[in-house]
Amino acid sequence: MSDHEYVPKSKVGKWFNDRLPLLTLGAHLTDYPTPKNLNYWWTFGGILTFCLITQIVTGIVLAMHYVAHADLAFASVEHIMRDVNYGWLIRYIHSNGASMFFLAVYIHIFRSLFYGSYKSPREVIWIIGLMIYLLMMAAAFMGYVLPWGQMSFWGATVITNLFSAIPLVGDSITTWLWGAYSVDNPTLNRFFSLHYLIPFLILGLVVLHIWALHVPGNNNPVGIDIKKPSKDTVPFHPYITIKDAFALLVFMIIFAGFVFFTPNVLGHSDNYIPANPLVTPAHIVPEWYLLPFYAILRSVPDKLGGVILMFGAIFILFVLPWLDTSKVRSAVFRPIYRQFYWIFVLDVLMLGYVGAMPAEGIYLVLARVGTIYYFAHFIIVMPVVGLLEKTDPIPMSISEPVLTGGAEPSLARKVNDKV
Amino acid sequence: MSKEEKKVNRRDFLFTASYTIGAVGVGAVIWPMIDQMNPDKAQQALATTEVDISSIEPGKSITVLWRGKPIFIKKRTSEEIAEARAVKLDDLPDPQKDEDRVKSGKDEWLVMLGVCTHLGCVPLKDKGDFNGWFCPCHGSHYDVSGRIRKGPAPTNMEIPKFEFVDSNTIKIG
Repeated sequence: MSDHEYVPKSKVGKWFNDRLPLLTLGAHLTDYPTPKNLNYWWTFGGILTFCLITQIVTGIVLAMHYVAHADLAFASVEHIMRDVNYGWLIRYIHSNGASMFFLAVYIHIFRSLFYGSYKSPREVIWIIGLMIYLLMMAAAFMGYVLPWGQMSFWGATVITNLFSAIPLVGDSITTWLWGAYSVDNPTLNRFFSLHYLIPFLILGLVVLHIWALHVPGNNNPVGIDIKKPSKDTVPFHPYITIKDAFALLVFMIIFAGFVFFTPNVLGHSDNYIPANPLVTPAHIVPEWYLLPFYAILRSVPDKLGGVILMFGAIFILFVLPWLDTSKVRSAVFRPIYRQFYWIFVLDVLMLGYVGAMPAEGIYLVLARVGTIYYFAHFIIVMPVVGLLEKTDPIPMSISEPVLTGGAEPSLARKVNDKV
Repeated sequence: MSKEEKKVNRRDFLFTASYTIGAVGVGAVIWPMIDQMNPDKAQQALATTEVDISSIEPGKSITVLWRGKPIFIKKRTSEEIAEARAVKLDDLPDPQKDEDRVKSGKDEWLVMLGVCTHLGCVPLKDKGDFNGWFCPCHGSHYDVSGRIRKGPAPTNMEIPKFEFVDSNTIKIG
């Protein structure tokens, strides 16, 4: 946080700022001291903000043409595609935007895992981020139901039936969620209502996420605490804004590539068949961003067990800051953890792959191995490696390795020094 | 001083009473907000369906919609009934006699909810390892009595409440 007191130059500005210090907030955001060594993995916060705004704007527009009724929803989506001016463009931005949102959030999360951004004093930022991620999954799932195609209907059926695994009250909860005795018009109606609500909840959490970030300030690739402001920091504007803008531009090129050249490649063709409660598609798969969790669900030969493990795979992330025992934040200085990190990345990618395959034969075996490793990474690897690992020497400041440029620039701190 | 703190006074009583009344009030407002999501009168009105079964040939089945869910109505052949009854109960994950899944005297008619008890997909007929149904979603196999034999589903396919109105008509619900 900038320490100096901001005083607006104009009289009107000063009058307003004395009553509502919005200009002070603006000055804080502009001057916000940022570590000067942030790499491009740090640009995804800005990219995610862009994704959220894009989804909200295109979503509001789509809601002007969409009809949330079981008899009309499918036709109204086709109406958007064929009749509404630029409807195809707005819908393709919205549907591909969801995928791009998840792509960005996964990079953002894995960046945090590599550089230890979830660790003290940033646990609350991490937990708010996970809440955003949970809401994103809920919003994406409900949004996928709205076109009322075959995948919408059966995806909704399978996901809502997860709750029927709860002992005793499971069936009542499922019926309550449906508002009927199966996924039906009341279900579609309420999903639309909630799908419209959730992005604004996310927006509120994003404000808290950034607020919580601005208390300790950004983590950085070397993962050390820095003085702010100091020679280790640069003001957010223009240094970070311009870097974020460049990364965003590259991201938008990829985004536009999907929207204009392969708008349906991430979707499923079965969703262009209207919902039919009598016929289940031969092969149900969720959207790509949920596949690893789907693989975990299917890897367990027990209904309740599968559901528990699937939710557990997400909820274990909430206690991650306390499972990681290492005092060193950045994996750059953690030679052993770094290798496990990449194994974990491969493990999640493999789970995603087998989640898209039929649950039989070798895929089932791989899903089980992947699931066991997923949990072992958090429950065994993280605590044990943190305690036993001999970490590399950590620089005293960001400037040091940059300015001296040597291979062994900063032995000011020895291997097992407290950070 | 400590004596005075421990004494329950008028103010403590007022606090507790206020919180209690407040909690009852909040509960009274929240319950309608929760209950409005349960099936409404229009949904409940769809509770019964009558089906004409006269045209079903032995060994064949039809699927009808009841409360938005598929109902399988199968007229089983005597071989199929014999097959279902030859199964040892020990071989079943959810042990249930075939006799308990049909109306006695109408043993050929299997009427059940065509919903996989795993995650709610509709199983495919005449498929799977047990000559019954197979759920394509997560690979549950059901036998000719609709009982779970293999796969992640925890229980047999459900038998809805139904009765024979006459020999050609059944009423579900």
